[in-house]
Amino acid sequence: MSVALARPRLRTPGLPVPLVLGVLLVGAWAVLAVGAPWLAPYDPIAQDMAAKLQPPSAAHWLGTDNFGRDILSRVIWGARIDLQIGFLGVIFPFLIGTCIGAISGYAGGIVDNVFMRLVDIVLAFPFLVLMIAIIAVLGPGLASFYIAMALVGWVSYARLIRAQVLVLKHADFVLAAKSLDFGHGRILFRHILPNALTGSIVFAMSDAVLVILNGAAISYLGLGVQPPIAEWGLMIAEGQGFITTAWWITTFPGLAIVVLAFGFSLLADGLGELLGVRE
Amino acid sequence: MHRFRFVLWRPLQLLPVLFGISVITFVLIRSIPGDPARLLLGTRATPTALAKIRAQYGLDEPLWTQYLYFLQNLSQGEMGRSIVFKIGVLDLMANRILPTVLLVVGSVILSLLITVPLASLAARNRGRTVDHAIRLVSTAGLGLPAFWLGIMLIILLSVNLGLFPVAGFGDTWLDRLHHMVLPCLTVALALSAVLTRNLRASMIAEMASDQATAARARGLPERVIFRRHVLPNSLVPTINLLAVNIGWLIGGSVVVETVFSLPGLGQLLVRGIFARDYMVVQAIAMAFAVATVLINFLADVLTVAIDPRIRL
Amino acid sequence: MSDALLEVQGLTVMSGRGSVVEDVGFAVAQGQVLGLVGESGSGKTVTCRAVIGLLPSGSLAITAGSVRLRGQELVGLDALAMGRVRGRRIGMIFQNPSSHLDPVMRIGDQIGLAVRHHLGLSRREARAHGIELLRQVGIPDPAARIDNYPHELSGGMRQRAMIATALACDPQLVIADEPTTALDVTIQAQILRLLLDLRDKRGLAILIITHDLGVVAQTCDRIAVMYAGRIAEQGDKRRVLSSPHHPYTAALIRCQPASGGGQGLLPTIPGQPPLVGAMPPGCRFHPRCSRAQPRCREVVPPLEAKGDGREAACLYPIEAPVLEFGR
Repeated sequence: MSVALARPRLRTPGLPVPLVLGVLLVGAWAVLAVGAPWLAPYDPIAQDMAAKLQPPSAAHWLGTDNFGRDILSRVIWGARIDLQIGFLGVIFPFLIGTCIGAISGYAGGIVDNVFMRLVDIVLAFPFLVLMIAIIAVLGPGLASFYIAMALVGWVSYARLIRAQVLVLKHADFVLAAKSLDFGHGRILFRHILPNALTGSIVFAMSDAVLVILNGAAISYLGLGVQPPIAEWGLMIAEGQGFITTAWWITTFPGLAIVVLAFGFSLLADGLGELLGVRE
Repeated sequence: MHRFRFVLWRPLQLLPVLFGISVITFVLIRSIPGDPARLLLGTRATPTALAKIRAQYGLDEPLWTQYLYFLQNLSQGEMGRSIVFKIGVLDLMANRILPTVLLVVGSVILSLLITVPLASLAARNRGRTVDHAIRLVSTAGLGLPAFWLGIMLIILLSVNLGLFPVAGFGDTWLDRLHHMVLPCLTVALALSAVLTRNLRASMIAEMASDQATAARARGLPERVIFRRHVLPNSLVPTINLLAVNIGWLIGGSVVVETVFSLPGLGQLLVRGIFARDYMVVQAIAMAFAVATVLINFLADVLTVAIDPRIRL
Repeated sequence: MSDALLEVQGLTVMSGRGSVVEDVGFAVAQGQVLGLVGESGSGKTVTCRAVIGLLPSGSLAITAGSVRLRGQELVGLDALAMGRVRGRRIGMIFQNPSSHLDPVMRIGDQIGLAVRHHLGLSRREARAHGIELLRQVGIPDPAARIDNYPHELSGGMRQRAMIATALACDPQLVIADEPTTALDVTIQAQILRLLLDLRDKRGLAILIITHDLGVVAQTCDRIAVMYAGRIAEQGDKRRVLSSPHHPYTAALIRCQPASGGGQGLLPTIPGQPPLVGAMPPGCRFHPRCSRAQPRCREVVPPLEAKGDGREAACLYPIEAPVLEFGR
């Protein structure tokens, strides 16, 4: 064993590297999404049959699809929809799940039992299958996707928050608040909940990855975003008929999903590191 | 084996969940806008025929009575008829179950074959380039859309190299296996990303554990310690993770079956939705939910078999 | 001490912050029990990990000194050669049998892995060997117990099983790191008795690491007291305990429950042991020492022979051969 003495391992000051990279990646997509009208070189839905199925070139960096639409422009415009999916698809379940989990854990007893049995039942369904079934009832479309997401996605948050609340319920500062005769609502939402949120905020970042993938998958199946709107999952579905001749139609929107999802994964890892949360 | 006594009473505990599953699917399907009788008979049905169907299926009775009929039919193995295929839903599912089972089982096996060596390599070379590379790839892999990955594999291995069929299932067993390689690989790669991260972390924890130190103090070579002590101990949490992800796996198979035109239950589900073939949708959703519950139960049995400390 | 089985000289272990163990030397002869005593953080556990070559790589490393087993130098041996020493010639008993035994492997396999590796026994021979070992460490019905998992045994039985794994390949030296700390008081004496029996039957040398002078009093022949990574005093157990030269040893003895006379609170040593990287200059004990003189702050006291086979590292040692029992 060589006696190579490591310098004392000091914590490098500043933010974890994954967090910085994650913020940069997600931020870059956000800039593209916001700036789409100015940044996209072409109209994302304007057809140009003269320029259909062109491979990547100087005029069309990422090629064109079977309607002659510019893939680069569609990918940039697609960022708007897919970022929105990632945001709204997480925020609704987060809010619902946090409320239910907090009430369930704080109230205990029958309320807790009923909610947790409901969680068990919803978790018994494969996530995507239940989503698809709900969307089938509501009819295809992005609105249906968000509703289904809210109806199915809350369970993970409810479980996380409930577990935290169960622990914090008996913490000293909560007992102190109780002894001061604060109302239940104030104790739960002002004292317990802020301390219980850290874990689920980190989880929300990694959940965003799954939500974006699910949203793209639902659109791929034809149950989400409808043509001619540019959305990455839908673009992949539209390009699948041309894989033997025009690989670029499917490849680039998929890469866009991978990069955005990677950004959120890094964000989750980095945030977890920063806040000391292990999944 | 008293440790396995839970095998007897656990199914009883699962009854409320199974009951809940049946309620949810029932309510979902009944809340579809439109008249089920008209759906069954088509738009040109006469009012008499509609009334007859309503009476026959109890559609004119209160919802909870209808639910009881539904349960009664369910207990007799009667799940209705497919509007599109004009045969019983159960028969239809029986014809379609094989590709789905092969896909799920195949991808679990394949993902373990990918995960265990990769995680071991990363854990044993912690902090080196290999480890960083594996971590990077698996983190990026978390965000791989399975359907896109499938298409990429088709472009690469089927279209360009001609190694595998582009789609479909085949007739002979050999042919079927050949058709299953790419779909299984697709799901397995996506699954491996999750599993590798988890297994690597638990391997590293086990390598630093007291019992591994004790094994080192007994002079065992590192590879023996890894194989006999670290690996078995770190597999337990990974099997649990696999069980937790079984719902994700089945959901993923729905999409991947569509990508590869595999005539399985998932593809049937998606087609059923577009064809408004609701008996089929209801039956498959229930079957998938029940399968998820049962597989989780099996994972519990397996965990108890591996880790003698666990009692359920 | 050329007849020593284990001889440690000038052992120094560094971490990134500074020395954790500095210039430590002691020897254990065959059939002898040496107690390495000190508070937590005194470096005793690091010392024994260094002896057996199990320092956590990357954070701690031996920078000087030698460890000889029957004259063979262990410092600097490669992993392969060290693997032939560990388990084969030096056995190790850990503090907590619950965490140091593999929870998902049968007791017999944990013993079997080592004997099959070191002694090349077959599966069946290893099993017979394991049963015999369990019998020797006093586990009743060993033929049935060998197929048990650790969690199926009681705490005391688990520690006996751990001792069996340490003895599996008939080592010359056993290092026991706090072997009784995790056990019930009633079991502690049994385990110490067992260690002494094994010493008598096998002619083992035993190095016991402990913070408990009671354990030392019951088992050891010799004692080495460590403070802040250095040896403060060592010598024959009876002499050291009855008339310590080093003020730290004396203070340690006063803090033992038995010497407090069972009345009132136990006396404590004022202050805290120094941290690695923030060692006081001179004698490391001087900030807490009631006898400290100005010179103690400047001169590092060498470990000097004080006659009667004892060594102490103190410039102003206590010479009076009497203990001040609870004032």
